[in-house]
Amino acid sequence: MLDARIPAGPIEQDWDKCRFDMKLVNPANRRKYNIIVVGSGLAGAAAAATLGQQGYHVQCFSYHDTPRRAHSIAAQGGINAAKNYRNDGDSVFRLFYDTVKGGDFRSREGNVYRLAQISLNIIDQCVAQGVPFAREYGGLLDTRSFGGVQVQRTFYARGQTGQQLLLGAYQALEEQVAAGSVTMHIRSELLDVVIVDGRARGIVTRDLVTGRINCHAADVVVLATGGYSNVFYLSTNAMACNCTAIWRAHRRGALFANPCFTQIHPTCIPVSSEHQSKLTLMSESLRNDGRVWVPKKRDDTRHPNDIPENERDYYLERRYPSFGNLVPRDVASRNAKEVCDEGRGVGPNGQGVYLDFADAIHRLGLHTVREKYGNLFDIYERITGEDAYKVPMRIYPAPHYTMGGLWVDYHLMSNIPGLFVSGEANFSDHGANRLGASALMQGLADGYFVLPATVPDYLATTKSDPVDTSHPAFAEVQNDVVERIEKLLAIKGDRSPDSFHKELGKLMWDYCGMTRSEEGLRKALARIPELREEFWRNLRLVGGGEELNQSLEKANRVSDFIELAELMCIDALDRNESCGGHFRVESQTPDGEAKRDDANFSFSSAWEWKGLGQPPALHKEPLTFEYVHLAQRSYK
Amino acid sequence: MNLTLKIWRQLNSKTPGKFVTYQVKDVTKDMSFLEMLDSLNEDLLDQKEPPVAFEHDCREGICGSCGFLINGVAHGGFRGTTVCQLSMRFFKEGDSLTLEPWRAKAFPLIRDLIVDRSAFDRIIQAGGFVSAPTGSAPDANAILIPKEAADTAFDAAACIGCGACVAACPNAAAMLFTSAKLTHLNSLPQGQPQRDQRTVGMVAAMNAELFGSCTNHGECEAVCPKEIPLEFIGKMNSDLIRAALRRRREPLVIPTVVQHTSQDAAPHPVREDQRLQDNGGGQPAKHEGAQPAERSSL
Repeated sequence: MLDARIPAGPIEQDWDKCRFDMKLVNPANRRKYNIIVVGSGLAGAAAAATLGQQGYHVQCFSYHDTPRRAHSIAAQGGINAAKNYRNDGDSVFRLFYDTVKGGDFRSREGNVYRLAQISLNIIDQCVAQGVPFAREYGGLLDTRSFGGVQVQRTFYARGQTGQQLLLGAYQALEEQVAAGSVTMHIRSELLDVVIVDGRARGIVTRDLVTGRINCHAADVVVLATGGYSNVFYLSTNAMACNCTAIWRAHRRGALFANPCFTQIHPTCIPVSSEHQSKLTLMSESLRNDGRVWVPKKRDDTRHPNDIPENERDYYLERRYPSFGNLVPRDVASRNAKEVCDEGRGVGPNGQGVYLDFADAIHRLGLHTVREKYGNLFDIYERITGEDAYKVPMRIYPAPHYTMGGLWVDYHLMSNIPGLFVSGEANFSDHGANRLGASALMQGLADGYFVLPATVPDYLATTKSDPVDTSHPAFAEVQNDVVERIEKLLAIKGDRSPDSFHKELGKLMWDYCGMTRSEEGLRKALARIPELREEFWRNLRLVGGGEELNQSLEKANRVSDFIELAELMCIDALDRNESCGGHFRVESQTPDGEAKRDDANFSFSSAWEWKGLGQPPALHKEPLTFEYVHLAQRSYK
Repeated sequence: MNLTLKIWRQLNSKTPGKFVTYQVKDVTKDMSFLEMLDSLNEDLLDQKEPPVAFEHDCREGICGSCGFLINGVAHGGFRGTTVCQLSMRFFKEGDSLTLEPWRAKAFPLIRDLIVDRSAFDRIIQAGGFVSAPTGSAPDANAILIPKEAADTAFDAAACIGCGACVAACPNAAAMLFTSAKLTHLNSLPQGQPQRDQRTVGMVAAMNAELFGSCTNHGECEAVCPKEIPLEFIGKMNSDLIRAALRRRREPLVIPTVVQHTSQDAAPHPVREDQRLQDNGGGQPAKHEGAQPAERSSL
């Protein structure tokens, strides 16, 4: 059933061959096609702008007041590209190799190789748009290192790389809006996907200001709606990030792949209070110059600056001499949890480790450190009230990115013809762990280069009848959406959407977070259906559906998170091996590293929805490695 | 600590609004300002009252969603800080705080503390970009950019589009916002070919959106969470003069732009009398309805 459509032949030629084999659409015919792009982050805005430039009629949807608010904007550290400007041994093949290895051999070789190839074009494209990347004094682009690799291939714009890349894509998008090729629908949230004769032909949205439920028809639907880390309630994602678009598509038949592959980012500001609404990331780039440590002895409450050098444990440098503080995120996070579980954590609740810049300031000078990381130190100071130039930062892991997502083939099309999925919303490129500075790369690769090649091929090779919103399928889906909203509003129980979300998040963090065990997952699987039942019985909302109603928006999203959480636990339980961010306590090496089971689990799990409360059906896409040899990852 | 909040409540633009006073109890120092509002909203839900609508998303000061006036000051008056980055340790027991939405004719109210800032998007549509169709770019290092130009461009590009500059300005001018984008793109080699067009187009769009003009109060700079400096407005004005005086083969064209807010919404009206007045011949710019890609000439 699962055909990934990877071209046969040497991997270096896959993408070229695929593009040559694709059918094209005559420029004069392009304006006859209607393309819906849901989401206006890097993957969505880049795709909408580029397809608009090509001459298609694009409708782009965002639940924000402007496309520029998408959460891509918060990415700090940088974007990878195999330019080898540093002459330090980088190449397309090395970026490919690092990404497959970093993903712990659970990604598709063909997709990753293409990503590495396209990385070169992305930097060119962004510079041409005027993205103000960091420069050397000679006027050339500067780069820095990131976790999991030994070359300096990360391009950056201070600590606001995501912001600058998103503004580049946003500006290109607005140019197309002005040109009339893209119609932007702001404050519109997707609530369902419409399928006609087995093909994705439209969406149903809610206008967040008036509450109107609108239907939109198209020839192709692209979902670029981001990840689902907010299933944990506390995460580094923005407050509105949600799984509704991909989840409702899943309920309509799209397969959901590797839902349990979530990334816990090692460098976030620790939780400080029970009222906390979200967690703040401190860019991984800080690990370039910051040194991670905890006191050698347990429950050491001395001020960090009073702890002498020989009583500090720089545990990453000690355990992983060759990568040191730059081990991949999953490894850094698990090690932080371990030292805290040993009672050596720091900060008010013992859930934190130090990230110390004293050496860097001594070596590089305060000015250089301020120039490189100034805004991150400012963010830290504002939140904690501490000056990280003088006292080491305290950091702790937090949910950050989801490698899982809707299953897509090499063309980024899901198993539903005409439904494409890009960026974090799909599962394709990062396997079981994403390397730093690769999310921006993937979002833009999908948006600027992959979809603008594969979507036209779909249009050119598909004969489908014209469909508009008067088709009965639209009325049917619209009806479902309206009913669901009315049902939510009619419950009139006692608990707020947030209280359910918090409880779900805690459950997921405890049992499906940094470490997972069969026992814990079974507990979660027993509890989640009860929580779902209570949600639909005891939810409290105020106000109506035909107005701006933020609690209703929240409730809608939480209802989907509860269902997704169950699938995540099912997947985590099924995958009885450790790989990347998925750490099953039952499967570890003698020194506590993740132990893969390639004989039994060298596949991507794609789950099919079978109805509420019904066990989902598992489809396996086997993974084969012809170019990168399967090996136990070692960063020692 | 306990606080008194006076919050502007208004269901929508058609119904009148009013201040409503709330007592918020047991606020802790480690809460953020928006977490304090979250807890007020949870209490309101408990009492079956509609929660206060306010915009927010990233809660780390970068997305630009949040923003309202606290005691008359945009984002609360802590330098370089958005509302979402305010910590309650900046406030003290018994404080009485008045929360109001951004006030500007160009930012119509939607509900409570939420306003419509889509006028900013239309200013960007009028030229806030470098035309570089995907796939056409030369190698990234083929364009040498002096570090100083890159740094200036970055300082300007740091704008998050929150609208505080407009809210703080006695004239509700959008000049800090517009000049930030112009300084970003006009400082770079990539931005030069469209420099004049961009400057004239964005300034015209700014005027068409009912924003006022700068009279050097400097309030915008004071409240800007990204500390965009006032001098960029000077750069914008000098670029505008440059654009007006430079010899060119063809007259500059100002694109007029529209944005649909939902499928059936009417295109945003562009008032004829608000278009850039000086169009060379003393005649108002020609403007018939608002069609995408329609152009009027300067």
